[in-house]
Amino acid sequence: MFKQKHFLALGAVTLAALLLLSLPPRVIARLKLALGSLFLPLSSLATTAEQLPADVADNLLPRRELLQEIARLQRENQELKVRALQTASMVTENEQLRDQLRWQRQVGWKIKLANVVMRDPANWWRTVEIDLGSNQGVTNNLPVLTADGLVGRIAAVWPTHSQVVLIGDPNCRVSALIDNPAHDVGVVNAASTLDNTLANLTYLSGTAVLKPGQAVVTSGLGGVFPKGIPIGRIVDSREEEFGLYTEARVKLGVNLGTLEQVSVLFR
Amino acid sequence: MSNQNTFMIYAAAYLTVFGQAKLPGLRDWFGAQVDLLPALMVYTAMYASLLNIAGLALLGGLWFDSLSANPLGISILPLFLVGLAIFTQRDLILRDLAFAQIILGAATTAIVPLITLLLLLSTGRQLLLDWGSLWQWLVMIAGGAVATPVFFALFNWFDHAFGYKIRTESSFRPDREIRRGR
Repeated sequence: MFKQKHFLALGAVTLAALLLLSLPPRVIARLKLALGSLFLPLSSLATTAEQLPADVADNLLPRRELLQEIARLQRENQELKVRALQTASMVTENEQLRDQLRWQRQVGWKIKLANVVMRDPANWWRTVEIDLGSNQGVTNNLPVLTADGLVGRIAAVWPTHSQVVLIGDPNCRVSALIDNPAHDVGVVNAASTLDNTLANLTYLSGTAVLKPGQAVVTSGLGGVFPKGIPIGRIVDSREEEFGLYTEARVKLGVNLGTLEQVSVLFR
Repeated sequence: MSNQNTFMIYAAAYLTVFGQAKLPGLRDWFGAQVDLLPALMVYTAMYASLLNIAGLALLGGLWFDSLSANPLGISILPLFLVGLAIFTQRDLILRDLAFAQIILGAATTAIVPLITLLLLLSTGRQLLLDWGSLWQWLVMIAGGAVATPVFFALFNWFDHAFGYKIRTESSFRPDREIRRGR
């Protein structure tokens, strides 16, 4: 049965929880950083343990195989250098043409690689933590992607790590453009809880003609994500609210369940 | 409960929270991550003091929220509520029975996320919830039900292996022995 000390303990814990929940965001961020840093020793230990088999395998690779790999990478490097030169000349040409037409110059984006170090332990969020933070110049709302497409955006930043809210989380809405003749625009919204390779594309025009396989890219509207980052492909579509608007399911280009390395886009 | 076991409970909470964030666990197979803190709370509520229950709720909840997008402190109250409920009724529960441990683990793991979700929704947050969440909830309940007897076995073994028991004095005294015979 409940005794007085039980009520006192319940009151004390409730008060402590309410105090924590009512703290200002800056104090909460510092507290989260302090508590999260308690896991740093374990995190580095886990990273070392993960790398150990790979290091052992690297040491066991025959020299001939390594030399072949170096030769292949050197060839690829040469090809990429030529492509980079071609791209640089195209960028210059593009800027000259923009100047002639008096169009606004496009701001270039820089990329920094980051490792995914942790996932959200709660099932109702879709976030990950990466090992880049404000010390490396990361700020809120920077786009995060991989070679396969958009991953999400930075939601919280600490000095050494950041939280990325993934596409498909209700807190990461992306304005998207469909590669169809009408170039319909919609919003990539919350996805299925069980399948993290799918997302919903909502607020499409009721007259939108969608076919499975059509590419979906960022529209550039909203100011967070630059235009043209691949998001995925249309799987199927259906009319909503008696044909008032169309909703579609999008197969994401990135498998969010197996993320290991991501790139953060900097302006 | 011995001091070693109290320390072990906090260490287990720390490792559990880290493991849930670092390791895929059941997420890749069943689409849900199992929360083991409620199962740990069952053991704590059965054996430890009210202070330790509050301590586990505070530390476990804070650690969990620090690695999650949850608002800091939201997980404390649900953990403490279930811990307190078990603590007040623990004299009536057959804690050594595996069946009782499984039922308590399942019930606790079912209730904690529900209260947390209610608190989160009451703060106006938008969460990733649909019919699939029901499946995730069932996976969490099953995980909690399995984990609770494992925690009991682990901590009881640890207590037996490293805890010094107070030696009970025998009431036998040789000078008071009744010698039979002629």
